[in-house]
Amino acid sequence: MLRYTLQRLGWALLTLWVVVTLTFFLMHMIPGNPFAKEGKMPPGVYENLMNYYHLNEPLYVQYGLYVKSLLSLDFGPSLKSSTITVNDYITEGFPVSLHLGLQALVIGVTLGIIFGVIAALYHNRFPDHVSMILAIIGISVPNFILATVLIHYVSVEWGLLPAATWGTWKHTILPSLALAAMPMAFIARLLRSSMLEVLGQDYIKTAKAKGLARNVVIIKHTLRNAILPVVTVLGIIAANLVTGSFVIEHIFGIPGMGEMFVKGIFNRDYPVILGSTIFYSAILIFLIFLVDVMYTWIDPRIKVTGGSK
Amino acid sequence: MKKSFSIMLSLVLLLMLALTGCGGGNGEKKAAGGNTEGKVMRVNNSSEPGSLHPAKLQGTHESWPLRHLFVGLTMKEPKGDNGEFEVVGAMAEKWDSSEDKKTYTFHLRNGLKWSNGDPLTAEDFEFAWKYALNPNTASDYAYQLYYIQGAEEYNSSKEKDPAKLKALEDKVAVKAKDEKTLEVRLVNPTPYFLELVSFYTYYPVNKKVQEQNKDWANDAKTFVSNGPFKLTEWKHKEGLKMVKNENYFQKDRIKLAGIDWAMVEDENTAWQMYRSGQLDLSYPLPGDVVGQLKGQNAPDFKIVPEYATYFYRFNTQKKPFTNVKVRKALAMAIERKTITENITQGGQKPAFALVAEGSEDTNGEDFRKVGGDYFKEDIAEAKKLLAEGLKEEGMDKMPKFNIMYNNLDLHKRIAEAIQEMWRNNLGIEVGLENVEFQVKIDREHKLDYDVSRAGWIADFIDPMTFMDMFTSVSTQNDTGWKSKSYDAEINKAKQSSDVKVRMEAIHKAEDIIMKDMPIMPIYFYTKAYTLKENITGVFTPPDEYPELKYAEIK
Repeated sequence: MLRYTLQRLGWALLTLWVVVTLTFFLMHMIPGNPFAKEGKMPPGVYENLMNYYHLNEPLYVQYGLYVKSLLSLDFGPSLKSSTITVNDYITEGFPVSLHLGLQALVIGVTLGIIFGVIAALYHNRFPDHVSMILAIIGISVPNFILATVLIHYVSVEWGLLPAATWGTWKHTILPSLALAAMPMAFIARLLRSSMLEVLGQDYIKTAKAKGLARNVVIIKHTLRNAILPVVTVLGIIAANLVTGSFVIEHIFGIPGMGEMFVKGIFNRDYPVILGSTIFYSAILIFLIFLVDVMYTWIDPRIKVTGGSK
Repeated sequence: MKKSFSIMLSLVLLLMLALTGCGGGNGEKKAAGGNTEGKVMRVNNSSEPGSLHPAKLQGTHESWPLRHLFVGLTMKEPKGDNGEFEVVGAMAEKWDSSEDKKTYTFHLRNGLKWSNGDPLTAEDFEFAWKYALNPNTASDYAYQLYYIQGAEEYNSSKEKDPAKLKALEDKVAVKAKDEKTLEVRLVNPTPYFLELVSFYTYYPVNKKVQEQNKDWANDAKTFVSNGPFKLTEWKHKEGLKMVKNENYFQKDRIKLAGIDWAMVEDENTAWQMYRSGQLDLSYPLPGDVVGQLKGQNAPDFKIVPEYATYFYRFNTQKKPFTNVKVRKALAMAIERKTITENITQGGQKPAFALVAEGSEDTNGEDFRKVGGDYFKEDIAEAKKLLAEGLKEEGMDKMPKFNIMYNNLDLHKRIAEAIQEMWRNNLGIEVGLENVEFQVKIDREHKLDYDVSRAGWIADFIDPMTFMDMFTSVSTQNDTGWKSKSYDAEINKAKQSSDVKVRMEAIHKAEDIIMKDMPIMPIYFYTKAYTLKENITGVFTPPDEYPELKYAEIK
């Protein structure tokens, strides 16, 4: 296990290095400039700004400087802010995005499992149809539309919750719901078909024949086997939550990392773009690793090293 | 079967119940009448300010809160309801200017204090201006100080030797003669200089504080300012809080207890926050909301003039836009009223000249009124001019070209309307090219476009802010057009201390540029915002965001 982890770590570092290099050079190739504006930018002022951020040096020098600062975990200053560095953005923004993402994940997974189980157990009856209609809506309606509708009704019309920003637990509800819709729908549908397949298996008949309580049959035997595809898909869902968060954070004015990433690109804020890309890549790599490990825990037949059964 | 179903159902219902937040009542739910908790006003700054240090600002996301934290030698005082103002003394009680209008001596008031109790002196001004001009500070707006002698040389110098750099700094012609006297020498006579010193780059900075801690502006705890409010909380990317500054020189005029600034980027969300009672003022408003509110005559809806022009640039280096008749024809063949009434819907005025309405000419009338309209919409004439122009360029028909605009819904709709108008009125094929903001600026600088959408919101109320853009050396020109006589008139205006001579030169320059039409004016902007009805005292100068310092919440 230890050897496996170390191996994965090695690959992760290599991947990150490739990501940094590619992003760095691509970023400098696109048109646009961090200091471009429609207003006045006299050459003297422009020169001063470029010098201040070392943007006048040849690219390979800038690259070298950047990699060096990375080794001491310093992601550099933001080109648009004199008060926050990229490290600040990450340490302040990530907990917020994490909170939002986790809350959405919990809601999405819980509701998804509930709806999926109900749909499978009441196959082709009313609860099944209701669950599946909700699932279709959740998958098809883009989350920003859902967000706007939620704000309009829940906040403006009914005055139940604040419309936007972050602060109390009340502020977290609407954005989590908007973000959770897609995962919930996806998981519900997936779990439904997976459960149906497992319910038809012989060992379920055996369990029922043994006289086990219905709950035990459902949870211990059926769900545990049916949930494997859902675990597989958790990686994609997590990625989805991450990218979905860009839009949701923007709409709800949430000070998370998604917003920082999008603004950084728009502003051509090079250190912010690089910092966000590296951070997101690291997270995704970690999540995939987690998923692989979770497999072995859920299904003992699978071994990480891919050895024979 | 029934049992587990009901368990599942109750779980779901419980979750739903928890999610709809059935907690106790909360004050935020009161949608009507706005804020009821004390006298703190809540507004949205749209974005995290990059810095709140006067030397380091980049745009309106910094300047709007900054203007409530600091005050300069002079300030704008409201006069009337429509955003008119006059420039009055703030930190400076009175001033004298020399005969040639190039030397100003400001006399500060007695007893001025910073928010931390330190006395405020003329040295704080000299220090602040020189700091902003220091090339190592890399200030975006340093050029606003270039009116001062020695400023441009200091700021653009590439000098690395600290002693030589200090020598250049000493040559910058601003000097604190004593604690209460500041003397400034300008490069040219500048009639709007008194208005300029109310601008952010001219704010003072507490010299003592900065010398002890150069990062004082990054944190509310160390932030020291001299304006109507002081900074008490700054949660990056989330919000700012400021409260009344008891050391402000006119503190009795400040009725608000404080201002809370949110940082929500999406203007639709900000609008929803206003509607649900989380904000007291909403600016800017989403485009479609403006027309709606205007039509309903909503009582909390306000429109004020804005000193700004929306126009299209022609790439005068690319055929057939090299020909003046072609440019004129295109300018004459659109219906501006249709655009302002059906698309922008904010009471904007069709524009037939470059300089917007809102600046005063020497006879007391509006500059625009004196200058008049430079052309008329005339489809028949346009068709004729187009044909003549194309012939002169050796072309027998108009090639297809693109209107380039950046990604905003409003720009797209205007471009679509103009595309249609040119097709119907002139029979020409026009394409639309929507690009990202940065890409647009880049391509404009490189002259890689046909026709490009633009707008200019003035930095200060004087026609020069528009005219200065199109000299041959301006970095904002981006049309490839240059004219020796235009440059000559602009220089004449800049160097003349006689206001009559100056205004005449500016009018002549406008004559020249409008005769050549390298740009096609479309409309003059207005500013539309909503303000809860129980709030009075907000005033909006035509070149700024709403000024909140005299606001009062009833």
